Amino acid sequence: MLRVCWKGAHAAARQCVWGKVKAHPLQHCRRYTTAGDSGSNAGKIVAASLLTVGGGLGSTILYAKWDPKFRANIEKSVPYSDQLFEMALGPPPPPLVPLQKKPGKIEPLQISSLSEASKESKQPKAKAKKSDPAPVEAPPAVEEAPAPTPQTLEEASAEAAHIISAIGEVPSVPAPGTSDESPPGHTAAGEESKDHHEPALKERPAEEVSARLAQQDKVEQDALAALTAGLEESLGSSAKTTLQAIGAQEAVLTAIATHTNKLKEAMDSQTPPDEKSTQWKALNEALSDRTRAMEEAEEALLKAKGELEILRGVINSAKQSKIDAARPQILAAEENLHSMIVDLDKVVTKVQTAQTEAKIMSQYSELVNEAKAQFQQELANITPEIQANWKGLSGKLSADDLNSLIAHAHRRIDQLNRELAEQRVREQIHIEVALEQQKLEDQKALERAVASALEHRREDMRLEQEKKVQEVREVMEAEMRTQLRRQAAAHTDHLRDVLKVQEQELHEEAQEIMNSKMMEQETHYRRLTQEQLDTFTLDMNAAYARLKGIEEAIDSHVIAEEEARKAHQLWLSVEALNYTLKSAGADSPTEPLEGAVGVIKENCAENEFAQALASALPEESLSRGIYGEASLRARFYDIRRLARRVALIDETRNSLYQYFLSYLQSILLFEREQVAPPAKLAPEDLDTFRLLAYATYSIERGDLELAAKFVNQLRGASQRVAQDWLKEARLTLETKQVISLLLAYANAVGLGTTQAP
Amino acid sequence: MSEKELGQKWDRCLADCAVKFGTGLGLGIVFSVVFFKRRTWPIVFGTGLGLGMAYSNCQNDLRSRYVLHSKYFSFEQKLEAFASS
Repeated sequence: MLRVCWKGAHAAARQCVWGKVKAHPLQHCRRYTTAGDSGSNAGKIVAASLLTVGGGLGSTILYAKWDPKFRANIEKSVPYSDQLFEMALGPPPPPLVPLQKKPGKIEPLQISSLSEASKESKQPKAKAKKSDPAPVEAPPAVEEAPAPTPQTLEEASAEAAHIISAIGEVPSVPAPGTSDESPPGHTAAGEESKDHHEPALKERPAEEVSARLAQQDKVEQDALAALTAGLEESLGSSAKTTLQAIGAQEAVLTAIATHTNKLKEAMDSQTPPDEKSTQWKALNEALSDRTRAMEEAEEALLKAKGELEILRGVINSAKQSKIDAARPQILAAEENLHSMIVDLDKVVTKVQTAQTEAKIMSQYSELVNEAKAQFQQELANITPEIQANWKGLSGKLSADDLNSLIAHAHRRIDQLNRELAEQRVREQIHIEVALEQQKLEDQKALERAVASALEHRREDMRLEQEKKVQEVREVMEAEMRTQLRRQAAAHTDHLRDVLKVQEQELHEEAQEIMNSKMMEQETHYRRLTQEQLDTFTLDMNAAYARLKGIEEAIDSHVIAEEEARKAHQLWLSVEALNYTLKSAGADSPTEPLEGAVGVIKENCAENEFAQALASALPEESLSRGIYGEASLRARFYDIRRLARRVALIDETRNSLYQYFLSYLQSILLFEREQVAPPAKLAPEDLDTFRLLAYATYSIERGDLELAAKFVNQLRGASQRVAQDWLKEARLTLETKQVISLLLAYANAVGLGTTQAP
Repeated sequence: MSEKELGQKWDRCLADCAVKFGTGLGLGIVFSVVFFKRRTWPIVFGTGLGLGMAYSNCQNDLRSRYVLHSKYFSFEQKLEAFASS
């Protein structure tokens, strides 16, 4: 019934508990299910958005890893993206590409700036030079700074070069030679950019610079002087020769004119014969004059041309020598040259025209002479006897001769008429041909004239251009001077700042060095004093130690003697204790060992070992004393007998009948009383009788300990019987052990104290 | 002394045996005389009884060391003992 009730109660309890549990999970489930759908929807949405964001981020990072430009863009636009990228991908790659582009860009800039700089560098020299020959040559009045300026300017230009080369990343492009003696007065800027000298990295001292500049000035001045002299000379000579040539040409002109006139007059056959000869003579003279004049003119022309060439050469060399100051002179010389050439050409053309006219004239005269000769020949043919000078023989002529002459004259007239007619016919053609020829000649002349005019024009224009260039150059030079001045000012400022900074740095450095040296010295001094102290202390310690040693030795002797005395006492007391052991009677224990032990304890109060040993003695021995070995031996035999008798009794067998049996066994069992125990005990040795035999053997041999060990192995009633004996035996053994230890110790101590501790 | 114990036990045993024997004998005689018309069997019975008791006593005494003592405890008692300890 109880069980039923119990079961019922259990069931109820279970139901109660489970019921409650059941209710909750349902509700939970319901809640989960109701919230679950919406929850899953929201979850889906959240999950989808997370996925999208994560995907976007990941793809961005991957692409940034592949394309560094994209990465740079994103880093610029999104604030903390660079940190994210650094975390994800590591530091951005170094921008190699722009670096490569920069040198290319910088180079043309540099060249232009170099040219500027070189121009500037040229300008200061020009300026400096101009300042020196200012009183000499009256150039444009430019104010000049004194000697430091060339130095600063040079430095300025060097610094400009430095700055440019420092800014640019192309160290190989050198600055223009500001310190080198690059010849100034260069006209073409392009040529200047070709002058690439290494920048003077060392600043020359002012005196050297000024000396160099002065030297340069002098040199240039000399060159200039020489140049001007040369120019003037050549100009003079060429002018002279040109004038000469012109004069000669004009003489030629007049000669030709006279000659032609004379020829015309000579051709004119209306003068009387006497004058004809004079005319012819004059004509010859005129001809010879003309030829002479022409030769002279030729010579003069050649000379003049030579001189002009020389002048041109001198001018070119002057141009090449690049001295600015000579430029106007050069220009003037060129102008002179040009004008001379022009004049010469004009005159030459005049002469040429005159010559052509003369040629025509001469041709005409030749024709006439030819006709005359022909006529005379014909006449001679007809009238052979008439002499050459037939004009004087007009009275001697016969009628036949006259007739034939007249016939010949008529025939000649007919011929001439016919020729005239023919000539008239051919006239047109000849005229046309002549016109053509004339045209051609005119054209040629025109061309020549045009060419020469063109050349003259060109020369004029060139000279004008040169003049303009000169003006522009001057203007530019003035501007450059101002710019350079500005740069010099900036440079001085910069230098000042740099020097300030440097001064500070050096000052600090010097300060540091001084401080460190001071510290060194101090530490050194301290070290030395410390060493002294240490040595002194060492000596003192050594002396003190020795003193201490001596004292200790003495003390130890005392101690040793004390120890010896104590040891002796201890030994005595231990011996006393030993002696008390002998006071054991046959069946009575010894005296209580208290007294002796107390004496020992007194004697070796400081000796811990002895104290420990003394207190290790069992209480029983102290209070009651211990049994002697003989009594224990005697008692053992009783034990043995008893143990044999109850050998069979143990926990399982302990009825009276068993007692009887074991008694019977003990009577009937025959064995040796003493059996030597083996070194190792085997399980069959644990038999009571055997054990007792071993124990007897050992106890007969005086080995109480071994006997006790064997007796300890007894079991059952035998054990119980031997209990007390065993206890006594243990006690005795313990005490004996302690006492023997104490004795040994006392002996050892006594031995030990004979030597020094 | 532990070796004397056995001897003491034996002494007690014998003494007890003697006493019980005598007592049994006596009582047997008495009973036989008084109640059982001087038959022999009460005497023998009494003697046997006495000897038996003596034997049993002796055995118990000799066995006394080896006897295990047990005690029944209830759960509550054990708890009390535990709590109080």
